[in-house]
Amino acid sequence: MSATLATSSRRTLLRLATAGSVDDGKSTLVGRLLFDTNSVLSDTLDHVEQVSRRKGLDRADLALLTDGLRAEREQGITIDVAYRYFATPVRKFILADCPGHVQYTRNTVTGSSTADVIVLLVDARNGLVEQTRRHLAVASLLRVPHVVLVVNKIDLVDYSEDMFTRIATDFALLARSLGVRDTHCIPVSALEGDNVVTRSHRTPWYDGPTVLGYLEAVDDTPISVGSEFRFPVQYVIRPQSAQLAPWAASAPPVDGDYRGYAGKVESGRVRVGDEVVVLPRGSHTLIEGIDTPGGPLEVAVADQSVVIRLSTDLDVSRGDIVAATDAPPAPLREVTATLCWLAERELEVGARVLVQHGTSITKAIVKAIEGALDLDLAPGGTPTWVPSDRLRLNDIGRVRVALASPLPIDDYREHRATGAFILVDAEDGRTLGAAMAGPTSITAGLPSHLVHTKSDHNGRGPS
Amino acid sequence: MTTQTRTRPRARPDALRPLSELEALEAESIHIIREVAATFAKPVMLFSGGKDSVVMLHLAAKAFWPAPIPFGVLHVDTGHNFPEVLQFRDEAVAFYGARLQVVSVQDYIDDGRLHERPDGQRNPLQTVPLLEAITDGRYDAVFGGGRRDEERARAKERVFSLRDEFGQWEPRNQRPELWSLYNGRHLPGEHVRVFPLSNWTELDVWDYIGAEKIFLPSIYYAHEREVVRRDGMWMAITPVTPAAGGEQVELKSVRYRTVGDMSCTAAVLSTAITVAEVITEVGLSSLTERGATRADDRLSEAAMEDRKREGYF
Repeated sequence: MSATLATSSRRTLLRLATAGSVDDGKSTLVGRLLFDTNSVLSDTLDHVEQVSRRKGLDRADLALLTDGLRAEREQGITIDVAYRYFATPVRKFILADCPGHVQYTRNTVTGSSTADVIVLLVDARNGLVEQTRRHLAVASLLRVPHVVLVVNKIDLVDYSEDMFTRIATDFALLARSLGVRDTHCIPVSALEGDNVVTRSHRTPWYDGPTVLGYLEAVDDTPISVGSEFRFPVQYVIRPQSAQLAPWAASAPPVDGDYRGYAGKVESGRVRVGDEVVVLPRGSHTLIEGIDTPGGPLEVAVADQSVVIRLSTDLDVSRGDIVAATDAPPAPLREVTATLCWLAERELEVGARVLVQHGTSITKAIVKAIEGALDLDLAPGGTPTWVPSDRLRLNDIGRVRVALASPLPIDDYREHRATGAFILVDAEDGRTLGAAMAGPTSITAGLPSHLVHTKSDHNGRGPS
Repeated sequence: MTTQTRTRPRARPDALRPLSELEALEAESIHIIREVAATFAKPVMLFSGGKDSVVMLHLAAKAFWPAPIPFGVLHVDTGHNFPEVLQFRDEAVAFYGARLQVVSVQDYIDDGRLHERPDGQRNPLQTVPLLEAITDGRYDAVFGGGRRDEERARAKERVFSLRDEFGQWEPRNQRPELWSLYNGRHLPGEHVRVFPLSNWTELDVWDYIGAEKIFLPSIYYAHEREVVRRDGMWMAITPVTPAAGGEQVELKSVRYRTVGDMSCTAAVLSTAITVAEVITEVGLSSLTERGATRADDRLSEAAMEDRKREGYF
């Protein structure tokens, strides 16, 4: 990272995902956020106004701002995750807009995998519905740090404090049962603009932040920053002779025999001189240098892309993970995980797939399906694991996977990047499933021998 | 072997503070570019000399430093490119130490493989030479500078976008993209388009150009030029876009927000001669970048979507 970047803008980046069921007014909320933060420019707005008039509406339908593909416009639905961008002076927001109905779990899992915050919508007239429970279960399993519930269409219940309080109470109970810790509820009318960007005088009983206020203030320190150091090696940098790059701010750190390991710090931080372990082999060595074209660094932190040099001449290559010596993940031959199944093809025991983890890929066999999460719930119900011999599109299951070569997979609850892996079809290359290794945050219905405690994963003791 | 002095290692003032927006975007793009170089047999990077492709090339150079960029760059020259941009293209490629391959739409027209369109626009003609260059070069990954904020069909584009043998984009057949685990597996004949700048906005690109002191073609900054008002846009008078009868030629201070083909890229009135002035102008402007300056996107309501499906970026 160059000096100029480190000292220029201090605006930070927050990634959020929105989820709701059909007709909760999600497109209107997103349109309102874009519109009220001046992220919609006049030609786009002209277009929306024209289309709104053509549809016989008396004002601009902000939901049209998020209209995407032709098939979606024709059918009036959203098919796929769409990414939106808006910014305020303090933060830039990347919003993964996840459609509510078709392939809802697949889309919400995709959008949530990188999210710092999930914005969940409900219709104030309906309160929590099955989709809310599904989405909150996904937020819990994917360890999204913050969840905010937007109780929308509050104008249609006459800005009723009672209605809002009832929904907020139900939500807090549900969140607790699913192990979601940081939640907040906001009464909103996306259509009228109440409490989206500007505070509404029609909800005097609510003294919390607006949606935008919440997004600007929520703690944006990535959880990965506090975890132990993990650095999957992407690429070995070994120039034949060190290049004199006219554009680089500094000269190559070592003349001649340069060998550096390029990668992104996935969690924690590392300092020159730190002792580290190279996995899966387990060789110990020291960090000799952290290089960037902008100059060497003393410390590299989570999310930075850098090149590290090691003090001993080890045969390190792509697929290896350089990790802190404190509690490194043990290379696993078999891994237990929560799996979101994203493919039309069903998963059955015995399936042969590829596992992509960090920067490595290996053959794998699904040895067991230990249960599927029952999300078709009666009101007030809690998602529960039930026996199942297969997983279908949008199912969430607990599986045991045997790996052809051992992988140092972390407990997902502490390492979102190195605790995650995807399953890939060995024939056509399709992405089949998203997996989170180690114990699950949802334990209802798991047979006691399958309720993993922390010490079950990687043989680590309880913390 | 060098006279440059080594800079002293710097500690971040507060290592627990999240990265700044630009630091995070840069790190993400570099990660994507390295993944491609490590997992594909023969990647290539599209390079037009436009600001997004310059930023992408700069990121590629940073990703592999102190080694050279391990793949070549490809330009589809429509034959109607601004001369300032072509000159810049060659200088930039030399500066970053990259290898350049040029395929020419003019060659295709000259030998009859392509025919000039009635409206004279050449951007739509780029698709065939691009796809043939990909096939002939056996490229299995092609980097493009597209951003999701540019246009609504692009808002749903993946970072790794799978294309079939015909280069087509099938929005319903895209792979879910989880965490930062990019899946680039493909069958023989298929290739993957990769968009390292997916999460950047126009303003991010300019902020980065300012922070990194990246050189751009001169036409991105205000200069005097003969223009006519056509279809609500300021079009430059050039050999390929002469003034039509009755059009009034005016000398205006203009700059370009995008540098596509001369036949379809319009200028905007501007006095911005520095990056900071451009940033102020972009931040205040009430037109999106494509809406202001791209006649090719106005062809139909779904113009970009159609061209993407056909194999355009």
